[in-house]
Amino acid sequence: MSKSITVRYFAGFREHAGTGQETVSVDASTAGDVFAALKHRHGSTEPLGHCKVAINDEMAEWDSAVNDGDTVLLFPPVAGG
Amino acid sequence: MDITKDPIDPDRLRDELIDDRAGAYVGFEGWIRNHNEGQDVLRLEYEVYEPLALSEGDKVISEAKKKFPLLHAECVHRSGLLEIGECAVWVGVTSAHRDEAFAACRFIIDQVKVRLPIWKKEHYVDGHSGWVNCERCAEHGQLHPEAVSS
Repeated sequence: MSKSITVRYFAGFREHAGTGQETVSVDASTAGDVFAALKHRHGSTEPLGHCKVAINDEMAEWDSAVNDGDTVLLFPPVAGG
Repeated sequence: MDITKDPIDPDRLRDELIDDRAGAYVGFEGWIRNHNEGQDVLRLEYEVYEPLALSEGDKVISEAKKKFPLLHAECVHRSGLLEIGECAVWVGVTSAHRDEAFAACRFIIDQVKVRLPIWKKEHYVDGHSGWVNCERCAEHGQLHPEAVSS
C-alpha cells in the first residue's frame, strides 16, 4: 500500500535531488524501501551500508518500518572531523 | 556535545575541564589541512544536521564515560566554512590516570567521525569542489577495533 512520506535529503543527496525536502507517495515497508524507491532522486551509488537513515529525527536502521506520515532522513556517508 | 559556527578555542575549552581530581588531560584537535587525496585544498565546508549530531554526540560521550573511568569528556565540532589551519573538531577528556584518558579520547573522535550526521565539502585550488566520502573513516575504525568496540 502506498504511503505518504516526507523525505529529507542532505549534502550530496540534496544537491542531486535539487531540494532538501519533498513529500512523496511510495510503496514502502522499510526505510530501505524508501531509499531504493527514490534512487533517481538522491542519486546514490553507495552501498546501503555506507549511508545512514533517521525516521522522525531518531537514528534508524534500513530495515526499520516506515508508517504513513513519517519523515525519513536520508544521509550520505558521513565525514565529520 | 556542541556544534558551533564560531572558531573553536581549545585553550578555553581545556580550562573548563580543570579538576583537582584529574591526573591526566588528553585533548585532540582536528585541523583543516591543505591537501587531500592528492588535491590541493583551499577551504572546507561542513554541513551538520544539528538535532541528530548533538544527540548522537551526547550518546558517544555517554558511552565513553561508561566504558572508561573518566572525570570529564567533551566534544565540539564546527559547522560552515573553514579555512586551512582552523580547528574543525576538539575532544577533551580528563581522568585520574593517562591510559583511560588516551583511550577515551581516541574512542570519542573515532565514533564522532563515523556516526554523526556531518558532511564535508572540499573546495580545491583548481576551482572545483566535492563532497568527501569518508568510507576510509569506517575502514579506519575496523583497523582499530579496540577503539570502536562497545
